[in-house]
Amino acid sequence: MKLRSWFLLPAWLWLAFLFVAPMAIVLAYSLLTRGIYGGVEQPWAVESYGRVFDSLFLVILLRSFAMALAATLLCLLFAFPAALFISRAPRHKNLYLQLVILPFWTSFLVRTYAWLFLLRDTGLINTALQAAGIIHAPLPLLYNDGAVLLGLVYGYLPFMVLPIYATLERLDPSLVEAAADLGARPLDTVFRVVAPLAKPGIVAGSILVFIPCLGAYLTPDLLGGGRTVLVGNLVQNQFTTAHDWPFGAAVSMLLMALVTAVIWIFLRRQSEQFV
Amino acid sequence: MKRWLAAYAALFFAFLHLPLITLAVFSFNSSRFTVWEHFSLNWYRAMWRDPQLVEGTWNSIVIALTAAAISTVIGTLCAYGLWKRGSRVLTGALYLSLVTPEIVTGISLLALFQWAFHWLHLQLGLFTVILAHVAFSIAYVVIVITARLRTFSPTQEEAAMDLGATEWQAFVHVTLPALTPGIIAAALLALTVSFDDYVITSMVAGVDSQTLPMVIYAMARRGASPVINAISAVVTVFFGVLILLSEKVREA
Repeated sequence: MKLRSWFLLPAWLWLAFLFVAPMAIVLAYSLLTRGIYGGVEQPWAVESYGRVFDSLFLVILLRSFAMALAATLLCLLFAFPAALFISRAPRHKNLYLQLVILPFWTSFLVRTYAWLFLLRDTGLINTALQAAGIIHAPLPLLYNDGAVLLGLVYGYLPFMVLPIYATLERLDPSLVEAAADLGARPLDTVFRVVAPLAKPGIVAGSILVFIPCLGAYLTPDLLGGGRTVLVGNLVQNQFTTAHDWPFGAAVSMLLMALVTAVIWIFLRRQSEQFV
Repeated sequence: MKRWLAAYAALFFAFLHLPLITLAVFSFNSSRFTVWEHFSLNWYRAMWRDPQLVEGTWNSIVIALTAAAISTVIGTLCAYGLWKRGSRVLTGALYLSLVTPEIVTGISLLALFQWAFHWLHLQLGLFTVILAHVAFSIAYVVIVITARLRTFSPTQEEAAMDLGATEWQAFVHVTLPALTPGIIAAALLALTVSFDDYVITSMVAGVDSQTLPMVIYAMARRGASPVINAISAVVTVFFGVLILLSEKVREA
């Protein structure tokens, strides 16, 4: 065996035993029958996949989609002007970039907990508003869809800023000047010249935000307080409290298929662009 | 327009960083309520008195160091191997592992371990957590090292081999030293993703292998507590020191 084959051997072992094998077991579980005390039993059945089309599950799936989509659009709305600002900053560009990258290195759990601290009934926002006499009873800011959406946007915002910044940075400034010379107002220039040219960054950022949001578990659990059930929580539930492993496994496979499809379409589109 | 953009950027950065800053500020508040009383280190002292917290921190350190060491070795060898000769299957799988929802990775590894335990008389514990962390952090290592390899010319290895070095000697004495900053940066990244993980860990941890994020999570679900603010501040500073280290290494 050649030396370079040995370099890849541990990675192939990883692929076989820690990636393919676990997924294959989940696939097998999804095709078995639910055991009485959890776990799985014979016979083989496709029943779990049929249950995926239950109205109850479809609602959760649609909610997850809507939530991930809303988070992606809000991230885009917030990130685009910020990326534009950084790309046009005459000074301190690196500092601004560091400020965007910093959250990547901070604990995601701690960042999510920060919102729990701010939004709860006795949290900073409610306490401050009450002290100022604006409200008399605490507002129900936590444990609802809005809190989950906020948590997702906050958590994944940097994923949107960086790719958009990367495309804006490469943008030829003379195009913006040309638009201005031809009489376009600044906002027109942004929407009709800059944004279309930043499309690759917008698409990449949207995928980087949409995919983790679709399978999110931590944010809905912590900020939704178990009231906002998204597809990630559903999977966890099936394996822990509900003891329906086949259904949990079937939903996992569905999630994997969705994620793979999104990435595949993205990569294909990207290769078409560059060819 | 320029002024509007600058004003917006100020708000944007405030939104990104104020939550953590207020969290840290209130960790020094003597009151357990969110009203400022006076400066105190009470919550930091309370942190050390919580045996679960201390054990969780210790577990997290052991797990993160072991998993980061293993995944850095595998990831470095893998990135180097792929740089010599690409493999679409392996590269594809690495990217796929990166976008797999954490909860799916968690349950699939749990399923694997449960299945393996039919034959082996073992149970969930530190080693299953370490294996799981190795499983998800290899992709991060490969990406960081691959980026570093893009700036490394194969002619350097060829020169070494023309001068009589074997393939292995060229790797150890020429390539590896050139990759060192990348390897350290990758190890630090693996350390942080391992230290921070909750979702996957909670699926594959046993009763004796609760990690720091698991302890924080359990406390947070019971409601906010100034002790969590204190731990959060410590964790944030810890991560901050890691970035500074990694930046220093990257500049070198």
